[in-house]
Amino acid sequence: MSSSDNLRRLNVARWRVAGGLTIAMMALYFCFIGLVAFNKPLLAMLLRPGLSLGMLVGVLVIVAAWVLIWVYVRWANLHYDASVAALRGRL
Amino acid sequence: MTSGLGEPNLVAITGFFLFIALSLGITYFAARRTRNAEHFYAAGRSVTALQNGLALAGDYMSAASFLGIAGLVALSGFDGLIYSIGFLVGWPIVMFLIAEPLRNIGRYTFSDVVAFRLRQVPVRVSAAVGSLAVVAFYLIAQMVGAGKLIQLLFGLQYELAVIIVGTVMLAYVLFGGMIATTWVQIVKAVLLLSGAFLLAAFTLARFGYSPLALFQEAADQYGAGVLGPGGLVSDPIEAFSLGLALMLGTAGLPHILMRFYTVPDARTARASVSYATAFIGIFYLLTFILGFGAMVIVGQDSIRGVDAGGNMAALLLADAVGGPGFMGFISAVAFATILAVVAGLTLAGAAALSHDLWVHVIRSGVASEKEQLRVARTSSALLGVVAIVLGIAFEGQNVAYMVGLAFAIAASANFPALLLSIYWRNFTTRAAQASMLTGTAASLLLIYLSPAIQVDILGNAAAIFPLRNPGIVSIPLAFLVAVVVAVLWPEPAAAKGFSELERRMHLGAAESSQTTQV
Repeated sequence: MSSSDNLRRLNVARWRVAGGLTIAMMALYFCFIGLVAFNKPLLAMLLRPGLSLGMLVGVLVIVAAWVLIWVYVRWANLHYDASVAALRGRL
Repeated sequence: MTSGLGEPNLVAITGFFLFIALSLGITYFAARRTRNAEHFYAAGRSVTALQNGLALAGDYMSAASFLGIAGLVALSGFDGLIYSIGFLVGWPIVMFLIAEPLRNIGRYTFSDVVAFRLRQVPVRVSAAVGSLAVVAFYLIAQMVGAGKLIQLLFGLQYELAVIIVGTVMLAYVLFGGMIATTWVQIVKAVLLLSGAFLLAAFTLARFGYSPLALFQEAADQYGAGVLGPGGLVSDPIEAFSLGLALMLGTAGLPHILMRFYTVPDARTARASVSYATAFIGIFYLLTFILGFGAMVIVGQDSIRGVDAGGNMAALLLADAVGGPGFMGFISAVAFATILAVVAGLTLAGAAALSHDLWVHVIRSGVASEKEQLRVARTSSALLGVVAIVLGIAFEGQNVAYMVGLAFAIAASANFPALLLSIYWRNFTTRAAQASMLTGTAASLLLIYLSPAIQVDILGNAAAIFPLRNPGIVSIPLAFLVAVVVAVLWPEPAAAKGFSELERRMHLGAAESSQTTQV
């Protein structure tokens, strides 16, 4: 297999992971914004004294950002870097 | 409630001078190591992942985050948190789409990436225009925050305060460049995180260390409405517009993008984003507590009485829970925060003017190191003057809101062109140019026509454009213009260069040049 084929496969793999995670982050965040825009009463609902659903969801969006970044870094460190190294070695 | 505001505060003054002395020391040390353009713009590419993570966090957690968001939450409750969350979710986008390709393809600025396979001059001119617009709006916000801070602490006139702050800030960038700026950012990030943490701890101590008890108290005093979305983004389209700008803006901020060039390779760039996102996320979670703490302990009327934009809420809270000494410490931290961010911004602006415009456009890529440094320093000074003048004009605006505007410009002017230049083979020079200029012009025009300028500053009865943040119009418009222009006027040479760009995006510059030798 030629190195340009390998590069193409690497490119597709990176794009799949990065693009998928980007869509996941955007979907989560715009669900939150969508609720802020169209269903304020739902977010204002109190789960327990002092804690509204909106604040909980807000914290969860921040946690989700951390989790998605962790997923990406793990993939990149384990798989992407190895492929890049292999490709460099072959060139 | 009595507070020491408006009278000279000994701890604050000592804190200021300590920080100024410390950072001048850093600048002096750094100036001796700043011998060429690579040092000035990219700190010699020797910054580690943790250092760059802290510096990114330092660059990002501006006056807007500390003073502005705390003020917005204190005055409007939950709605202020939309900023906290929006500012954070930009980071995964930077991580997944931008950071590593940027590090591998470019040298000093993001326009290196956009211009990689396109024609240099038109791309760099348009990119510089967009970057300068972002930097200017970001600087205004910092100046407004710093001016208020100095005015309140030292009892100086606002205008004089802005001039003093602007002058001090310039000194760092002029002499130290990126090495000094990086270290000032690191010191500041540590100070800001520990300051915010202490302030939150003192605040929570009054509520048995239970954030929920604090939020409950806020709901008891101001109604349960403060815990849910309310009046700040009453219009649904406004909510999306702000959300879109905050999320995509980070990936178009020239001073943030520039930081990825200070690390040795793409892997370090990746690690530095993880650190940065961790620090920034923790900080934004603390803003929940600081904002509601100020609302409950200081009271909305007192906060509004000191500054209409609410920008002094965190300082008033520090005064209330820790006394004037602690307020002095927090003010010094806030001042350090602004100082550091302005240094980073001015440097990014100087890079746009000198690296992109002077060296590549006027000098066609040939300029001596000495000349580059001279132009970079002159441009920094010019930017400083512009920031001072605009900072005086925008007194009384909330600084988080102002930074939201800078994000909207960044997301419209820089982000679409940067993204398409990395991932779309058929992207063209004309399309990049059209997208960046349309994005800049549309966002600036819509801001001018928005209620913030027409009603708040010019005093007109109504605004032509109803939204306070232009993102939802200007960002899709910049993408649309890019696609239409690229489809109508294809550029075969640019498409041809795409394979080399892809290779370099994964393998980096050194490997790529080796392969051309082989």
